[in-house]
Amino acid sequence: MSADMIEQPDERIRAESFATKLMKKPELGAIGGVVLVTLFFLFTADSAMFTLSGIMNFMTPAAQLGILGIAAAMLMIGGEFDLSIGSMVAFAGMIFGVLTVNTGLPLILAIPLTLAFAACIGAVNGMIVLRTGLPSFIVTLAGLFILRGASLVGLKLFTGGSTQLRGVRDAVEGDWLAPVFSGDAFTGLFGWLASLGLIETFKSGTPKVPGIPVEILWFIAFALVATYVLLRTPVGNWVFATGGDTNAAKNSGVPVRNVKISLFMLTACAAALVAVITVIDAGSTDARRGFMKEFEAIITAVIGGCLLTGGYGSAIGAFFGAIIFGMVTIGLTYTDFDQDWFQIFLGGMLLLAVVFNNVIRKRVTGER
Amino acid sequence: MSHDSRFHHGDVPTDAKPIIHMENIKKHFGNVIALNGVTFDVTPGECHCLLGDNGAGKSTFIKTMSGVHKPTAGKIFFEGKPLAFDSPRDAMEAGIATVFQDLAMIPLMSVTRNFFMGREPTKGRGIAKRFDVDRANEICMEEMRKMGINLRAPDQAVGTLSGGERQTVAIARAVHFGAKVLILDEPTSALGVRQTSNVLSTIDRVRQQGVGVVFISHNVRHAMAVGDRFTVLNRGQTLGTAVKGEISSTELQDLMAGGQELAELEGSLGGTI
Repeated sequence: MSADMIEQPDERIRAESFATKLMKKPELGAIGGVVLVTLFFLFTADSAMFTLSGIMNFMTPAAQLGILGIAAAMLMIGGEFDLSIGSMVAFAGMIFGVLTVNTGLPLILAIPLTLAFAACIGAVNGMIVLRTGLPSFIVTLAGLFILRGASLVGLKLFTGGSTQLRGVRDAVEGDWLAPVFSGDAFTGLFGWLASLGLIETFKSGTPKVPGIPVEILWFIAFALVATYVLLRTPVGNWVFATGGDTNAAKNSGVPVRNVKISLFMLTACAAALVAVITVIDAGSTDARRGFMKEFEAIITAVIGGCLLTGGYGSAIGAFFGAIIFGMVTIGLTYTDFDQDWFQIFLGGMLLLAVVFNNVIRKRVTGER
Repeated sequence: MSHDSRFHHGDVPTDAKPIIHMENIKKHFGNVIALNGVTFDVTPGECHCLLGDNGAGKSTFIKTMSGVHKPTAGKIFFEGKPLAFDSPRDAMEAGIATVFQDLAMIPLMSVTRNFFMGREPTKGRGIAKRFDVDRANEICMEEMRKMGINLRAPDQAVGTLSGGERQTVAIARAVHFGAKVLILDEPTSALGVRQTSNVLSTIDRVRQQGVGVVFISHNVRHAMAVGDRFTVLNRGQTLGTAVKGEISSTELQDLMAGGQELAELEGSLGGTI
């Protein structure tokens, strides 16, 4: 091949159109989904859905699920699953409840201890997967049952026979750290906006939406940090590499084991964070907390563009996936439809997302 | 050279210092003798071809060279000093890069991300330390251009590249990260004619940069196209080393196959292999 020939652009490659560039983004499907679902509810739902209070209504469950979903997405990009996160919410909730109610620890100690406990279980999950070489699907399926059972047994043990542990609200009342994990943020701002008449108020003059629920802020912050880590740090590159081809990554000097174990720890911690937020919010914890959340988190990640085979996906996609989820669950109550359509809708979305992702992957890699 | 080969004038000329010199390497796996006295060296800026049929011990030998296996007996000299590699990482850090057949490439990831996998350039420090994407893209495009490949975009997925282009990315990556010796394990075995010639010209470019190339192949024609010296391995032993121009491809072919049978086969096939 002569030198001048090399300088010429290859005539068989068409210039990349804007559409192709867009297609390369894994989160495209989820953003498209948000647009579709919004359009659907704009036409079918009561207009109250898209008022400020309506938006907060569907964003709150979206945020709780989204924190799990983003962590699940990162783990899935790293090539593994964690089916134990739902049970982990219940288990971490129990730990947190016992620490605050039974031992009376302040939040500054109780929350880090809960997270550390969860992280240890996550690390054990990861080590079993790595040591045995078994699919994480089956290892964490065992975790799903073990942790759910442990929550039941543990709660009965600590409460003397009940599967519900009450009194968390009283225990954390007045703790200076509590506002970071519960209640609403920016209440002053919302009050001010209400006084100016910019947002809806009750007759008494208090705003209908007192502030932004803190879990929504956690959700947004987590999505931003996760996206930054994935796309702009060496660790992010290692996550993609580990999920794409473990062997190739290892041969190139990526610390594959540490990456996977850290990701398992991250998902467990995300579950513990959700547990802390929801337990403080509800004032009690019970053994059914987080039921089925592992599947919902995986659906969120898949709608967000993650491939089940690993190595491809995005955290911001999971963010939008969770919003779709929240909109559909809550949105149906604003319509005339039977609410139980929700599951059908969700299954349909999942199927559509998987098929769409598969097509996209072939586009991206130029497979034929 | 200790063996009764038909060609043993290919020893290193005394003025060129080999980067790596492997003396009488033996490797046993239990009672299987994989290597039984292999001597091999590479000097800067040369392409030394290691030829041999399947099962001749080529793979075992390069794995010994790249630190995957430890030799049972024999000495390794790196830049004149005796050396023992404990792991592939040791060898990599010393400057021995191996491009294995599976390439260590991830199809779903972009060329840049593959190029810097495990060795990402960073900017900032502490918590602000981050992957310097712009610089990585720039370096990657530049290195690929040097190798004669114009990428559409640095974020192009490796899966969209052809086999030859992927091979070139792997080679460019190894060279960029300071390889002194580049071991290529059958880089052309799965490629078409045109892609093969691209890879061969890449080898030529790398050689001109002063890197010693070890080119493993069982295709004599590909070896003859770029090789400066040729060493033939048969049944775990070196049959000898020849310098370019001193040996014909037919002779090499015969040596690789152990002579006899191929000569007969060739007769029946009318000299087509």
